[in-house]
Amino acid sequence: MMKNEGKKRIWSDYQKEIADDHFFYVRSCIRQSFFPGSEQFFLNLMRKVLGKDVYEDPAHTTCTGIGYHSDIVPAATIMTVVARHFALMKEAGYKNLAVSCVTSFGLYTEILETWKHFPAELEKTREYLFKATGREFDIPENVAHTSDIVYSFRDQIAAKAKIKLVNSITGEPLKIVEHIGCHYSKMFPKSGIGGAEFPHVLSGMIDAWGGEVIDYPERRHCCGFGFRQYLVQANRGYSLSNTVKKFNSMKPYKPDMILANCPGCTMFMDKWQYTAKELEGITFGEKGESIPVLTYEELAGLVLGMNPWDLGLQYHMVQSEPLLRKLGVEINASDKYKTKDGKQMPVPQNLINV
Amino acid sequence: MEKQENLYEILMDDIRFEEGLKACMNCGVCTAICPAAEFYDYDPRKIVDTVQRRDNEEINNLLKSDTIWYCGECMSCKTRCPRGNTPGFVIMALRTLSQKLGYFTESEKGRQQFAIKRTVGDNIFKYGYCAATYAVNPDLHPEQGPVWEYILENTDEVFERLGGQLNGTGTGPLRKIPKEALDEIKKIFDVTGGTEFFELIEEHSKRKAAEMGLQFESKGIDNEYFNEVFTCNSGNHNNLESD
Repeated sequence: MMKNEGKKRIWSDYQKEIADDHFFYVRSCIRQSFFPGSEQFFLNLMRKVLGKDVYEDPAHTTCTGIGYHSDIVPAATIMTVVARHFALMKEAGYKNLAVSCVTSFGLYTEILETWKHFPAELEKTREYLFKATGREFDIPENVAHTSDIVYSFRDQIAAKAKIKLVNSITGEPLKIVEHIGCHYSKMFPKSGIGGAEFPHVLSGMIDAWGGEVIDYPERRHCCGFGFRQYLVQANRGYSLSNTVKKFNSMKPYKPDMILANCPGCTMFMDKWQYTAKELEGITFGEKGESIPVLTYEELAGLVLGMNPWDLGLQYHMVQSEPLLRKLGVEINASDKYKTKDGKQMPVPQNLINV
Repeated sequence: MEKQENLYEILMDDIRFEEGLKACMNCGVCTAICPAAEFYDYDPRKIVDTVQRRDNEEINNLLKSDTIWYCGECMSCKTRCPRGNTPGFVIMALRTLSQKLGYFTESEKGRQQFAIKRTVGDNIFKYGYCAATYAVNPDLHPEQGPVWEYILENTDEVFERLGGQLNGTGTGPLRKIPKEALDEIKKIFDVTGGTEFFELIEEHSKRKAAEMGLQFESKGIDNEYFNEVFTCNSGNHNNLESD
């Protein structure tokens, strides 16, 4: 039997240092396109609720990660694009990188590891960047995914919570599936909190905010994105089949919601439930409903008492009303599809869980 | 192939290959964990074993096959390999070489690189993003459902309420990337071989389109060849045991 000290030592290998303040923020193509409310709420949470300094540079672009992992962007190119982001960070006087996208986070991690193992690649990248842009860069002192950062402040968020992740009717903790994007820690386990086997980044939030984490057989299975397997229509059977495999595995545990830290996973697990229902008439929640899939920013927002329609929950395919009712959140239906100025917008038809 | 170059040696020039393949003992754990192997007729263990044997002809066949295009690059194999290999990195090196040599157009799945270049690749130069709300066309993405059509019809209002900065200057979700930044990205692609790689995909795809008798346009997605590679599924790819 393993001694307790040994366990502690092994676990300590999978803790990670997360900067406390002064972040250079890099956006995600997918999160800002599909979950703009989440992107913006992260900044509001950090700046207005927690009083932290987060800098965003308008000249920051895509990392080209989706192109790299669908094999149209060469390694030397993405390394230099990422080096340009490091240069913007250096020029702005920041040393701590906060990465919104899991694909980008995996790439930053991969590139930094590559430069450690192949110093000549680092030098080549410096030359390429200087030749292309005249810029120079430093290696960041700290790289964290934004879910790491929210995790690190989970207790402060719990202290300011307006609601707990508890079923307000039964008094039982909500049963929550957590899904970690593959590139968060499967490639470099020590870059994630708890590694690849026991990532604690989302389960830590769920625990701190009063919910119950569900364990199920395919908990660590990919959401099914598979880059080219989704991007090309002919391949989407791969994507859908893997999602359905995962949902079939979680269904018997009757989850009240799914929480994801990867923008792509959140979107796919939402949209594929619609597709599976359309194609096969199958649903995975209770009473023929589908399971709401939330970003951790959306969940943090709800916990802090934010209006769900300012977070953007109405723009998921699977609507969140069953979850909001369980949480005891007041649902103001008339405010759901209003503009910022309060003008009524058309109401979308044929969404799920309405 | 005409010159009989040593393909294994060329692969070794790719740091991902060097890093991804140390010594495989053929245990098959990568295949057991692989989401692609679950549904495709695909076995990463066999691929690693094939390249490890350094048989030029077999590697040559792999580069022209559908097989190397089945992986989803989730990298679950990296976590599990007891020898520290990364079959996913080996696949990335094989895919890169297949495109450099123009072999990717020999397989149905390989030809799809053209569709990815014309969507994601063109988005990078045009918008500075791999994906953007306005670039996710519901005709190509019916799985996005009615909410997506709604968002595209009401993008300004949706983004405004959620704190977006759609096509605006400064910071914020989906802000317009300044021209100087787009120019820098293009220059990086020029200097590092990214532009040349895009051109290679274009050139070989154009040749293949002519060979297949399909209409090809130098820009955009409104052409027969794009439609063919984006939608064609011969149905010969599945792992029949997965049911």
